[in-house]
Amino acid sequence: MMNYDTYDDDSLLMLSGIQHFAFCERQWALIHIENLWEENIRTVEGKQLHDRVDDPYFTETRNSVKVERSVPLVSRSLGLYGVADVIEYYQDSGSDDSLKIIIIEYKRGKPKPDDRDEVQLCAQAICLEEMLGLKIDYGYFFYGETRHRYRVDFNEVLRARVKQLATRMHNLYERGVTPPAVKDKRCKGCSMVDLCIPALAKKRNVADNYLKRLVKEAEEESAGE
Amino acid sequence: MRKLLNVLYVTTPDAFLAKDGENLVVRLQDKEVFRTPIHYLEGIVTFGYMGSSPALLGLCAERGVSLTFLNEHGKFLASVSGPVKGNVLLRRKQYRMADSAGDCTKLAARFIMGKIANSRTVLRRFISDHGDKCNLSRIERISKGLAKNIVKVSNATSLEEIRGIEGETARDYFSVFDDMILNQKESFFMKERSRRPPMDKVNALLSFFYTLLVNENRSALEAVGLDPYVGFLHRDRPGRPGLALDLMEEFRPYLADRLALNLINRRQITGEDFVKKESGGVILKEEARKTVLEAWQKRKRDELTHPYLNEKIPVGLLPYAQALLLSRYLRGDLDDYPPFVWK
Repeated sequence: MMNYDTYDDDSLLMLSGIQHFAFCERQWALIHIENLWEENIRTVEGKQLHDRVDDPYFTETRNSVKVERSVPLVSRSLGLYGVADVIEYYQDSGSDDSLKIIIIEYKRGKPKPDDRDEVQLCAQAICLEEMLGLKIDYGYFFYGETRHRYRVDFNEVLRARVKQLATRMHNLYERGVTPPAVKDKRCKGCSMVDLCIPALAKKRNVADNYLKRLVKEAEEESAGE
Repeated sequence: MRKLLNVLYVTTPDAFLAKDGENLVVRLQDKEVFRTPIHYLEGIVTFGYMGSSPALLGLCAERGVSLTFLNEHGKFLASVSGPVKGNVLLRRKQYRMADSAGDCTKLAARFIMGKIANSRTVLRRFISDHGDKCNLSRIERISKGLAKNIVKVSNATSLEEIRGIEGETARDYFSVFDDMILNQKESFFMKERSRRPPMDKVNALLSFFYTLLVNENRSALEAVGLDPYVGFLHRDRPGRPGLALDLMEEFRPYLADRLALNLINRRQITGEDFVKKESGGVILKEEARKTVLEAWQKRKRDELTHPYLNEKIPVGLLPYAQALLLSRYLRGDLDDYPPFVWK
């Protein structure tokens, strides 16, 4: 059995942050390290909350399926804590393995172009595995916009990616480092863009351009005419 | 850049501020005279004694709307703010830098370079607009001296030196302020800057604008998570918002001085708008305050291209933009702080 006790309570980070981090490390840092403008956190988190739209599927109860909402989660190996939307517990009659667990995340939008949703779901699965001492092979997203149930396999590649992201999150958090701005297409539609000022990505150099120019102009005027 | 919302200034001493759902309501003798949704507001500033309901204080704190109480002379009494914004790493860095002579010197130099450059622009703009009606050579001489001082400050090695250059610059600049007053010269004249109290009408007007500025800068710093009370150039004095005073140096000439000159030169304000106290101190009358505040509000809605960000923003967001840049410098996104310089 693995020893999961690597991170203590004080070092745990918010699991929901892993999707910000997978999307853009700086966005995550502005929210989770800089604590910038709770309103913006609310905007960002709110988007996710609004993603959690009740779905007709949801009220269906089937025999021998127990459904739980808002389940608290923690992983000591990843050092993440959070909440799962919906977990379905099946009494598996087909084998002696008595319990099968399916995690379902409801998203209002549509599948994202990157893997930020997948890593979040996989991180949740790793939490549950640790908490219950069993293995979870896959989970589902339900995207409201596409009305489409989307299966995610928690394979070794995805698990390694989650571990790698979590490790880097902790590394930046411990050092209190916010990565520099990168200006690219992700900035469109990022709710933190006004606080991030992606333009700074190209203008980090104040001393040698902006200030030098100011002094040079003053020198010219005081010497000239 | 985020949107600029309105600051509501309440100048009627017997007004009462209350909350009604999501609205701010102003009442006079139990009669509602004004109402606005709270989310239209950036802040509320009151002059003189005002009542406010605890429910409204709570709403302002919750929505991040700054509510500031000043006495009738514009002296700061109290403000309401919600949970501390920003993060402990930023504030720790601010305190560490404020304890380091080198960091203080560097930042103080930036604020003062901005101030001198903008003072110089006020003079140069005046020369190009009204060069035919004034003592040109004197203003030009002073302007040249200010240019020299920008270079001096950029090479300064101590706070003392910076303060010395700043004092000299202020004296020079205000020595030609009177030359820039073109109308109503019998009521408005300026020999030197006097603050406690302002001894003439021009100083009274400038002091009033500086009061507005310091409040806007304090709110801007709080909004980005910096501590307005710990400055780099202005030494800590309990109750004095040192960093707000540091940050506003860049804006004094550009926002306050020019607006004061315009109000006088365009006769939007007259000698009748002031009261001279027995002590010799001069204050602005309450009715005139409204005129001045309207001009201030209007000015804040003007747009300009930010010299460093290269982005069009309303003038009213300048303190916020500079506070944000300062915080990004402290957090290592920038290698230096770019003061606001108006060309």
